[in-house]
Amino acid sequence: MADSGTMTAAMTGPRGPKPKRAFNRTNIMIYGTLIVVALYYALPLYVMIVTSLKGLPEIQMGNIFAPPMEITFEPWVKAWAQACTGINCDGLSRGFWNSVRILIPSLIISVAVASVNGYALSMWKFKGSEVFFGILMIGAFIPYQIMLYPIVILLREAGLYGSLTGLVLVHVAFGMPINTLLFRNYFASIPEELFKAARVDGAGFWAIFFRIMLPMSLPIFVVSLIIQVTGIWNDFLFGVTYISSPDRYPMTVQLNNIVNSVQGVKEYNVNMAATLLTGLVPLVIYFASGKLFVRGIAAGAVKG
Amino acid sequence: MTNSVEIKNLDLSFGAVKVLQNLNLDIGEGEFLVLLGSSGCGKSTLLNCIAGLLEVTDGQIFIKGKNVTWAEPSERGIGMVFQSYALYPQMSVKGNLSFGLKNAKVPKDEIEKRVARAAEILQIEPLLDRKPGALSGGQRQRVAIGRALVRDVDVFLFDEPLSNLDAKLRVDLRVELKRLHNQLQNTMIYVTHDQVEAMTLADRIAVMKGGKIMQLGSPDEIYNQPRNLYVADFIGSPSMNFLEGRLEAGEFKVDDMVMPMNGYEFGAPQTADRPAIIGIRPEHVVTGELVRNAPLQFEVDVDLVEPMGSDTLVYAKLGKHSFRIRMDGQARVRDGEKISIGIDPSRASLFDKSTEDRL
Repeated sequence: MADSGTMTAAMTGPRGPKPKRAFNRTNIMIYGTLIVVALYYALPLYVMIVTSLKGLPEIQMGNIFAPPMEITFEPWVKAWAQACTGINCDGLSRGFWNSVRILIPSLIISVAVASVNGYALSMWKFKGSEVFFGILMIGAFIPYQIMLYPIVILLREAGLYGSLTGLVLVHVAFGMPINTLLFRNYFASIPEELFKAARVDGAGFWAIFFRIMLPMSLPIFVVSLIIQVTGIWNDFLFGVTYISSPDRYPMTVQLNNIVNSVQGVKEYNVNMAATLLTGLVPLVIYFASGKLFVRGIAAGAVKG
Repeated sequence: MTNSVEIKNLDLSFGAVKVLQNLNLDIGEGEFLVLLGSSGCGKSTLLNCIAGLLEVTDGQIFIKGKNVTWAEPSERGIGMVFQSYALYPQMSVKGNLSFGLKNAKVPKDEIEKRVARAAEILQIEPLLDRKPGALSGGQRQRVAIGRALVRDVDVFLFDEPLSNLDAKLRVDLRVELKRLHNQLQNTMIYVTHDQVEAMTLADRIAVMKGGKIMQLGSPDEIYNQPRNLYVADFIGSPSMNFLEGRLEAGEFKVDDMVMPMNGYEFGAPQTADRPAIIGIRPEHVVTGELVRNAPLQFEVDVDLVEPMGSDTLVYAKLGKHSFRIRMDGQARVRDGEKISIGIDPSRASLFDKSTEDRL
């Protein structure tokens, strides 16, 4: 009888998970902050999209937040195919294809070389490899401006100044330190015993790289790809410095020329459309490879 | 017995740190040799040198009479099994097994044949199409052994292959490894810090410390005739009891206790008196009825009792020295009790106090 009291207490007392209220102070704080921050970031994008879909008269009414009364895609067409920069009046399309011609080779060469660099520096340490890596890292910390003019001279001497090839070489060189660092650190995290086992199995430098390391490194390739695509596509400084003719300007430089043209009426809708068009490629890369990235991490999670 | 692996005057240093010093070791054909030592003793380093994964600073390595000091790992006729298994995660079990053969450009049907044979020996046939991620620890380790097996190597190298497994599986695989060695009759060199693995598997054990081999001998020799204090202390669990005293005219004296060393086999005739250390294994101490027949008898005060089921470990005081005794699991001893113990000097070990070598 003595423990009947404790029995009832045990049966009526708290049991199972502690109930939580949806609207408590913490939740309100967290979601409130998140919503405010999200609005802060999304609002400019909203204004750009809305403005790019309006006609000029509607814009001049001055209500930038209002949705378009009449949706028109004419600014987009004009930005892509008709907007004038200097003497050319074929819009951004010319710059887009220039940028593509710069991006693809730069991307392939820099990622290919950086991955082999990183692999060699982490797995096949040679005499002086640390010094070599240190020198490469210094390259990552020197401001671009210092090297801007020396590179002009280098390119001129090589006969590449003003050409797309020259710009590709510059992009490859400047992407090298950070990408080598990325790959080196990633490969350094792969267990050394795996490398040893492959050597005992008779695999050489390239066999280990292609057959063992590459299949394990999708995530880091995606990271490197994102960094390079956004970096090269968004580059303005190198494009404007090392390209001598408006015919070969990358998209960003052309965008600047369209937006900053001082003649005639400011066509805000065309400017907005042009800006959105230019930003589309990195955006697509983010969305597409974001999924790939997650898949890559999941695949790597199953350790051998 | 011809030698399968010979190591001559091997030196290895990383910068100023000497990891291996003038190391000599001959391993017989078909022998199971265990390199035993605590971490940092150079045992894994030595194995990596034999495998060719580390470049030696000086000295030579011969495998099957061929000087392989400068040879690539794949040219040495060795297969290696790692602690972390080191299976290629993106390849199936079959891919893992055949990777080395493909690199060696072995014909396809020959690869099939060898993979099938290895899978049969190791009983991993149902797993051939799985990825390593879908295997248990024991299965992974078997695949790792299979990778060495398919290559028809002369020498198997094991780098703590069982350390990542849980205790029960470790015992099972240990037995399997021994059976595998009996079946294959290959030379095997096995690195471990686990003395039970060493004692159970080895034909010979090399106890290492600080890049040197402290003692090379059969498990029986290592256990019963440790050549120096380090080996005596390292082997055995619970470890040996050590008492410091003096050896005078064939009698070991510690405080007021006198132990005539009748029956003890001295390595050399002892003429001079000297400070010495006696080592007595806890399991060589007798109690109860058996004390009467023991050559030496003492009384100890029981300090603490640890029942372990199969045995009972008693922490006691012999005079003012702490003394461990391993008794039967059925023994009923209580803290604070006084019990008599018997010691047989012929099973003890005597060491010189200054050189720490066996007398």
